Amino acid sequence: MKLSFVLNNNPTTVELEDEMTPLLWVVRDILNLKGTKFGCGKAACGACTLHLGGEAVRSCSYPAKFVEGKNVTTIEGLGTKENPHPVQQAWVDEIVPQCGYCQSGFMMATAALLNKNPTPSDKEIDQSITNICRCATYYRMRKAIHKASALMPKEESTTENL
Amino acid sequence: MAKKKISRRKFLVRGGLGTVGVVAVGTYLFRNPIRRKILEQVDGGESPYLGAGMEPMLWFEITSNNKVILHSPKVEMGQGTFTGLAQMAADELEIHMEQISVVHAVSLTGNMDNFATGGSNSISGLWLPLRELAATMREMLKTEASKKLGWVNEDMKVEGGVISVGDKKMTFAEIANGVTDWEIPETPNLKEFKDYRFIGKPLPRVDLEAKVFGDPIFGMDAEMPDMLYGAVVRPDKIGAVFKSADISKAESMPGVIKIIQEDDFVGVVATSFTAAEKAKEAIEVNWEVGQSWQTNDIREMTKVGKGDAFLLQKEGSELGEEDGIISREYTSPIGAHAQLEPNGVLAFVEDSKATLKISTQVVALTRKEVAKRLDINEDDVNVIPTFLGGGFGRRLHTPHAVQAAVMSKAVGKPVKYFFSRKEEFQHDLFRPPTHHQLKAKLDNSGNIEYLQHDFSSGDVAINSAMLPGFISTVVGTDVGAIRGGFCHYGSIPNLRTVSWHVDLPFATSWWRSLGLLANTFAWESFMDELAIKAGKNPIDFRLAHIQDDDKGKRLKAVIIAAAKKANYQDKAFNGRAMGFAASTDAGTPCAQVAEVSIENDEIKVHKVTCAMDPGIAVNPDQVRAQCEGAIIMGMSASLFEKMEVINGELTPTIYGPYQMAQLKHAPKEIDVVLLQGIERPGAVGEPPLGPIGAAIANAVFRLTNKRCANLPLSLT
Repeated sequence: MKLSFVLNNNPTTVELEDEMTPLLWVVRDILNLKGTKFGCGKAACGACTLHLGGEAVRSCSYPAKFVEGKNVTTIEGLGTKENPHPVQQAWVDEIVPQCGYCQSGFMMATAALLNKNPTPSDKEIDQSITNICRCATYYRMRKAIHKASALMPKEESTTENL
Repeated sequence: MAKKKISRRKFLVRGGLGTVGVVAVGTYLFRNPIRRKILEQVDGGESPYLGAGMEPMLWFEITSNNKVILHSPKVEMGQGTFTGLAQMAADELEIHMEQISVVHAVSLTGNMDNFATGGSNSISGLWLPLRELAATMREMLKTEASKKLGWVNEDMKVEGGVISVGDKKMTFAEIANGVTDWEIPETPNLKEFKDYRFIGKPLPRVDLEAKVFGDPIFGMDAEMPDMLYGAVVRPDKIGAVFKSADISKAESMPGVIKIIQEDDFVGVVATSFTAAEKAKEAIEVNWEVGQSWQTNDIREMTKVGKGDAFLLQKEGSELGEEDGIISREYTSPIGAHAQLEPNGVLAFVEDSKATLKISTQVVALTRKEVAKRLDINEDDVNVIPTFLGGGFGRRLHTPHAVQAAVMSKAVGKPVKYFFSRKEEFQHDLFRPPTHHQLKAKLDNSGNIEYLQHDFSSGDVAINSAMLPGFISTVVGTDVGAIRGGFCHYGSIPNLRTVSWHVDLPFATSWWRSLGLLANTFAWESFMDELAIKAGKNPIDFRLAHIQDDDKGKRLKAVIIAAAKKANYQDKAFNGRAMGFAASTDAGTPCAQVAEVSIENDEIKVHKVTCAMDPGIAVNPDQVRAQCEGAIIMGMSASLFEKMEVINGELTPTIYGPYQMAQLKHAPKEIDVVLLQGIERPGAVGEPPLGPIGAAIANAVFRLTNKRCANLPLSLT
């Protein structure tokens, strides 16, 4: 099938043999954006988290056909080294990553949370951010999430990307 | 001071894109170990850098834009080694941090650690060699500058990669340009510690941007043109032996290029990961399955008294059958590594040469195994290490590189192959289960008169492909399982520790901190129990049993520092209690206080205070990061993690059912105090994993009056 969607603000079309191919592999292996990671293939760890219409989605278990016509954002489209997203800036400021493998997923989950709830409480963070980090960088992550919340531009928050 | 000269094999000068000078030096040979020495090293954390023998090693490249590339023989798996190495090299080279980058040395450079990256020794092992190499290179550049410009050594100033005399300046790149025959000087004096600008500073990680912006730096991200995807069929059952396979269904599935049948495995090569996985599932394998193992079988096998015993420590006499003996048994379960990046590799075999891009902790071993299987020279195998999506010991054997190489050879194209998460869990090289028997007797004044610890474990070092087989034979016990097994309360008059080793029906191996987690849990829970029996404060009780030598002084210092910083309270307060524990691992003492409550029948850790003495902290921020991560990883293992064996299968095989700490479980406060009791860097990555389990359990005792003696801790 032919699949068309917007990836990191670029209209994109790919040819798929199997429309049920998880979105993760379309992004990683066909479109060659490697920032979104494979962790478990069962939506259990969150390493593959990206945004679909501004919402966090675990792409390893999300059939590609459902993104037809939609907006997909990956870590590569969240911000750039020159112009980082507040979440990325906070991650740099707090020196969060260790091995780094799961970090894209955490940043995407955090950015999606802050879109909906710009000033989450610790409890709301606990409920929303359920990814797995084996290096257990959670202590700095919590600090970075609060910092990102403070860095987020306040006027545009809830309706972006919907 | 007697000077040694860096032994030279030869220099390589490699022309490459933007590369003007390359320095390669052969040095730091393997020290022949003897039994006593190994045991001392295991206990003391002395780990010399084990270079690759007589091959020349590529360390530095100077690029035409006057930057230096450091080729690291150690891999970066999150522990921050690249950053520490960059700081060490930049300081002696006299360049700025922005001028140095660190890459993984590929095996063709010869700069491989002949063993591994692991054991918390990357920084400590390279502390002297790397600074000497960097200082030597700086002097070599000065020598070339004097040859080119007639400058006199004493007049030259080196700063920011520029050598100057008065107003005249020349960059490293300009000096190195065209040099083909470098002169190696006597090893220069290293700078005084106070003169270091980067060492000892909490600088940001050198790999920070790559990891925040999603750069393709991991093994799983590797690509080559015309790349195909592989999968290998693995059994669900422990001990299953491959007999035969029916591949007829799989062969004709979409995307399948070839099914590869070898004596020891069946693999699929296909055009995508999902096609390879589907075809793999469609292969019907006839496995010969033996005993249908259960968790309880494994537990029974691992009991003290079964298997081989080794007397690790003995002072004074042993306990007999007298009255007043206090005893308790402790256990820890099978643990999974559960690192986020599955094991995998990209292999390309062409014209009797192999290239492998791989997340591995064992570059040399991987090269050797691939060369052997393909029957080619090791020099014709280039292992290109990538950043690791977690190591934790899981990648101390990566034989899937061999399977990928075989599959690539069969199809003549690059093959990328990685484990599914189920395979990762079922075929982990697990943390072995343990069983501990502790016995003690107090004297009339409440001091420990006798203390005995027998502990039993499956393989850690024994049967490890990474270690030369003779090490376990020579030593007589498992050098990994005994980590944390030595008693560090040296003033107890009668002391005995015995390690027992059992052969389990599945592979167990290195898991971050090895025996430390379980052994410390047992020692330190028991010390707490004894302190309470003696009616003493657990801090004072510990201090009273530590000998007064250098090692003892450092242990006492972290115990005092942790208790003070946490304002340790021995009684529960407002529904919370504090628990205390300490350990010494690989020469690094560490003490922790956990502040705990019980909420909805669950153990909740609010705050952990950690005092550690790793010697010189090359990058104090990364030492803190290692403490924070190790504490939560140790907490995860202590509160949640366990693998079961049900009807011959290791289970669970997915995150969630294999419960691990998440953000919601992490303590809101982690307070790290760093002491410096020695004038060199010591071990960092593993030691802070030691105390946390017992610290939590000891706090739980103060809340519930119940001694939790089995990991993961359970209130029921």
